[in-house]
Amino acid sequence: MEKVRTTVPEPIVNIIDLFLYYGKVEALKKIALDISRKNITSFIGPSGCGKSTLIRCLNRMNDLIENVTIEGCIRIDDQDIYSPAVDVTELRRRVGMVFQKPNPFPKTIYENVIYGPRLMGIRKKGILDEICEKALKKAALWDDVKDRLHANALDLSGGQQQRICIARAIAMEPEIILLDEPCSALDPIATAKIEDMLCDLKKDYTVIIVTHNMQQAARISDYTGFFMMGELVEYSVTSEIFTNPREKQTEDYITGRFG
Amino acid sequence: MREIFKKGNPYIWLTASALTVCLLMICGVIVLIMMNGFGIFWPRKIVKITLHNGTVALGEIVKKEPIPYQKDSYRTKIKIGNRDVYGSDFTWIANADIVSLHFPIDAVVFERREWGNLYGFLKGFRQGETIKPLQHDTLMILLAESRGLYKKIRYIEKKEIGNINYLMEKYRLELKRLMMFPPTEKIRKKTVALNAKIDGLEKVYQEREILLNNLYKEAKEKEIVVLLADGQDKIVPIFQIIRVYAPNKMGFFSKLVFYLTKFWEFIWSEPREANTEGGIFPAIFGTVMMVIIMSIAVVPLGVLTAVYLKEYASDNMIARIVRISVSNLAGVPSIVFGIFGLGFFIYFVGGNVDKFFFPEALPAPTFGTGGILWASLTLALLTVPVVVVATEEALSSVPISLREGSYALGATKIETLWRVVIPQATPGILTGMILSMARASGEVAPLMITGVVKLAPSLPIDSHFPYIHLERKFMHLGFHIYDVGFQSPNVEAAIPMVYTTTLVLLITVLTLNLAAIVVRNKLKKWYSTRAI
Repeated sequence: MEKVRTTVPEPIVNIIDLFLYYGKVEALKKIALDISRKNITSFIGPSGCGKSTLIRCLNRMNDLIENVTIEGCIRIDDQDIYSPAVDVTELRRRVGMVFQKPNPFPKTIYENVIYGPRLMGIRKKGILDEICEKALKKAALWDDVKDRLHANALDLSGGQQQRICIARAIAMEPEIILLDEPCSALDPIATAKIEDMLCDLKKDYTVIIVTHNMQQAARISDYTGFFMMGELVEYSVTSEIFTNPREKQTEDYITGRFG
Repeated sequence: MREIFKKGNPYIWLTASALTVCLLMICGVIVLIMMNGFGIFWPRKIVKITLHNGTVALGEIVKKEPIPYQKDSYRTKIKIGNRDVYGSDFTWIANADIVSLHFPIDAVVFERREWGNLYGFLKGFRQGETIKPLQHDTLMILLAESRGLYKKIRYIEKKEIGNINYLMEKYRLELKRLMMFPPTEKIRKKTVALNAKIDGLEKVYQEREILLNNLYKEAKEKEIVVLLADGQDKIVPIFQIIRVYAPNKMGFFSKLVFYLTKFWEFIWSEPREANTEGGIFPAIFGTVMMVIIMSIAVVPLGVLTAVYLKEYASDNMIARIVRISVSNLAGVPSIVFGIFGLGFFIYFVGGNVDKFFFPEALPAPTFGTGGILWASLTLALLTVPVVVVATEEALSSVPISLREGSYALGATKIETLWRVVIPQATPGILTGMILSMARASGEVAPLMITGVVKLAPSLPIDSHFPYIHLERKFMHLGFHIYDVGFQSPNVEAAIPMVYTTTLVLLITVLTLNLAAIVVRNKLKKWYSTRAI
């Protein structure tokens, strides 16, 4: 049975029949979905279902892994990001990413946040200071660290470190922010802070988040995709998925009767 | 039996005893060096020994030992000094020959600039044919005077005449260079000007020389008379004497002061008497400078090599062969590296540098002969495998998440390497540097053919432009040990120097390493997560 393609308002990303292979192993099978601009879209599913692989396709982080073959097409703002004309570094500036484990650089807080802008060639201290302050404010970290911008970022707590990583991504002024299970290493309080912040962020950015935590997906996201075994099982408005899933598999998973 | 092995206790014993053996041997070496090295400056009592045949010997007891192949008989080695009178510093006395042995309170040691120590009794000040009695205090005043004179002479010799020679050599080379051009009016004028300068210097030089001669004459005027053990009088110019002391009179504290002064002098002054006396400062300086130049050369070379091997080269056959070869370079005998350094750096590179940059000095080589730069580069080559291996290890321990974080912000590979990966790997790189420094400061063989000398006339850093003279030959503690211990004309007298030099070498290496370790630990702290 051919699945119905869920339509979303103002799509920014179009994924069209995407296949991905690690060597000979098929990791993504014919994924097709659109992602709505300035909303939060979450991907849920059991481990190994391909959701992380999918978001790593969106900023071509999979290029770094050997033996990956990709078929199909991903368009961001109607541009095929896998076409040879695309500059990967330029793409990654437009599509920021936050990883599962907080990975601040062993530099000062300030240096961490302005890492990207520096790479883009911004040298003026005034501009960099401004970028740093703005990004930290958006990441809801400014009040915590404004007095010690030149302290080592590794001295912060785990939640703060993750927010540094988010601020670092925001400082690039991306269109899309990808978050790969950003709260899995954090305690509930730090998680709540980050969730609040993400809800603020969607005013300016398109947020795509991979999560294991279904409550989290239900709480913050506008659209949810459920993945299993490399396939997109169901994709629709979050409330729909959690209250009235179309597919049996989805229902089993979200009600905890999975397996 | 099986039970015992099952418990694993025998394995603990086995491993622990291996450790014990290593520790014992290392400690043994260090204790031996420390005991012999720290002891030599302690003033020893002067003994006066009368023998059956009426001979009298005055000196320090060095050691007692059984006479080989003779039962129950012992002999004593005595440092009698007075090399210019007796021909050698040491004598053996069979204990059976000794009639009496005592420590005369007024026996005095005269430490001299030449001919080693003089042991005897102070008789007086010589005035023509008569001898005037001389008090100890007056002698001290005279000594201080002569020390001032010595300083003055040294200043004229080293600084003033050294400067004149340096400038003359410079002008001479400039003249030679001018002669290589076709003679135009301009060049002729310059030549005349240079010749005038040289003539001016010549005049100054002659003035200085006259002054020097006068000073030397003045220095030789005052002499004292010393009564030696066998009753003869010995006339010694005061100028020859560095210090006078009567060890049999000294208390503990004056001995301690004496000891510290001597040690200080040993570290900060230049060698005398074919390196068997005086200090070792040029050797310490040369060693440290060589290790620093070597580090400056080896770290970039090793790090870049490792970065290519680890980050860019694909993991194929060739890369693996290169990696194995690099590791095995560490097993090549160091003398082979020395020969390579001689052939490649000195003859080929140095020869060409001379041809293009210093043609006026030819056929005298500037860089085409052994020097501190070539020696350091040779050692850098010798130790580069250590740095490569350590850096590769450090690079692979940088977590992939950090690299991904950087890539995700739009950094290219080189930006990621330069800004994130290499800084994170710095502690590991420094570990490699520390190991290579330790290895390099202990090497002697390759240095012997690439620029180390027994006695370097000047340090590689001085006040003449361009201040750092990398082409100069230098002295090195390791070579100094070999030279003093095995090549010296007076090996017996030099043995204590060997121990002390070894001790200083160990301390120098330790200090260099400690400095690097402190830096590394600071960095490590910065790069490690403390929270979460």
